[in-house]
Amino acid sequence: MNPLWITQILAVLRLEMRKTFLSKRGFWIYLLAFLPVVLFTSKSIVEMKMGRTGDFGQDTNVFATMFQLFFLRLAVFFGCLGIFMNLFRGEILDRSLHYYFLAPIRREVLLAGKFLAGVIATCLIFTTSTVLQIAGLYWSHGWRVFSDYLMNGNGLAHMAGYLGATVLACIGYGSIFLTAGVLFRNPLIPAAVILVWESINSFLPSLLQKFSVIYYLKSLCPIQIVPEAGTFFAMLSINTDPLPVYIAVPGLLLFSAAVLVAAGFQVRRLEINYATE
Amino acid sequence: MRANDQVIFENVSKFYGDVLGVNRVSLSIPPGITSLVGPNGSGKTTLMNLMTGLIRPSRGAIRVLGIRTDNPEELFRYVGYCTQFDSFPKGFTGYQFVYSYLRLYGCAHGEAEDLTWKAIERVGLVEPARRKIAGYSKGMRQRIKLAQSICHGPSVLVLDEPLNGLDPLVRAETIALFRVLAEDGMHVIISSHILHEVDQISDQVILLSNGYVVAEGQIRGVRSEMQDHPMQILVRCNHPGRLAAKVFEQDSVVEAQIHKDGLGVLVKTRDPDKFYLLLNHIAQNGVTIESVAPADDDVNSVYEYLIGSEEAGR
Repeated sequence: MNPLWITQILAVLRLEMRKTFLSKRGFWIYLLAFLPVVLFTSKSIVEMKMGRTGDFGQDTNVFATMFQLFFLRLAVFFGCLGIFMNLFRGEILDRSLHYYFLAPIRREVLLAGKFLAGVIATCLIFTTSTVLQIAGLYWSHGWRVFSDYLMNGNGLAHMAGYLGATVLACIGYGSIFLTAGVLFRNPLIPAAVILVWESINSFLPSLLQKFSVIYYLKSLCPIQIVPEAGTFFAMLSINTDPLPVYIAVPGLLLFSAAVLVAAGFQVRRLEINYATE
Repeated sequence: MRANDQVIFENVSKFYGDVLGVNRVSLSIPPGITSLVGPNGSGKTTLMNLMTGLIRPSRGAIRVLGIRTDNPEELFRYVGYCTQFDSFPKGFTGYQFVYSYLRLYGCAHGEAEDLTWKAIERVGLVEPARRKIAGYSKGMRQRIKLAQSICHGPSVLVLDEPLNGLDPLVRAETIALFRVLAEDGMHVIISSHILHEVDQISDQVILLSNGYVVAEGQIRGVRSEMQDHPMQILVRCNHPGRLAAKVFEQDSVVEAQIHKDGLGVLVKTRDPDKFYLLLNHIAQNGVTIESVAPADDDVNSVYEYLIGSEEAGR
């Protein structure tokens, strides 16, 4: 028999998964997540119609650039914002949080259940998108070239790297936005501040860089992108202090855990006072 | 009586910024039915939210059966709270609403299912239990919330305006259920601004005004006080004209007016009990009563009268 807290986390998970996946409010997150899939697949279709095959190496760089500059920094970032910020804040606005608060459940257990639900939802959405993006991009090259890349080249390692970075991005940004949803009434202000903070990460002193998610994610991406020197994209993507994977992964997980502990303290003190929201 | 049999407020105050919620409340609530009575804004809901830990006191201490209210994991093993908040998880049926609460409580599937049906049966919602709550009437929503608050067999049941929106027949059944629960030794704490119900169902009454407890105990005089001050009641129904003609036959009805939206009747009566009995009779004879609610302005004026006389008597 499961300990009580596990039973309760599973109960929260069941409730939250249903809300997260069936919410009409979250439709834009699917759009954002699958936009690169549409772009890459369209590119392949156009190439196949024209009887052309793209440059495999160039496509690999295009994917790496799209993944770092759009997918991680914008799609996963805003997707996590939409899902995790609503886990508490959305329920306060809907005046439905008391359903949980009236049950004999530790607030920290509730937080863990909600976080887990958010992680499962975002990971499913964004890792599916990552796999479909890769499939869409390399479609025009044919199965033989693609399987050769997977089996004999770096394909599997790259794919694992991208999927791992996606999962860790969901955990990292998820913890930040869940906490922001508990701490702030208006999600736009903290979201804007975090976006700026993540964008200027490369320019921050070494110590401050560690207090951001992108710092760890950049080191996990299998291909370092090389935009034209001096451009805006080059400034965003520069990795001045790359970390080995064995530091980047636990580093990000520790960072997320610390953020969640702070959220736990706040949730413990949270009052239901819908009238003032 | 042991202190941990009671709900105890020790000099409790709650401020929302500069706004007073309740001030210097000291109470000891024994088992049985206790009604918190007062006009809108008097602090009834604040008091209930305080005793269930949804908000924390700015000053003072609260213990429910000896349990601190900032310890929800223990408190809600013994407490059920039927709130006024009328929002439900999206897409839920009545059954799912109660069942999911029991899973959060920690019940296994079989036990949760069993307790869910028992609670739903107790509030008389078996037939619509599998329908979505979004399609429920106000009265049905009240009853499913009540089912959720009693499903785990609490020792303290806190009910914020539980009779709001119930038609006369269901109201009578619900009051009977409260009596049964109280006879089983439960604390049933009810807030209401329907004055005539107070001495009908309560063992104890706590009268609140502007965040202060102005009187507590057995207020037997409330009913007679009310007879000198007609109470205004809004009845929503499908045939307002027929209803108005019927109620006017009663001596205690001072006035009966079709509501300006044409969908109900505003009735002024000196004897609400007699009027509710008449409504039951009318409901059984072809007029569908959708809701019965006191019209606030008049209720407030009666409170002013009552509270004024309480204060004058001190």
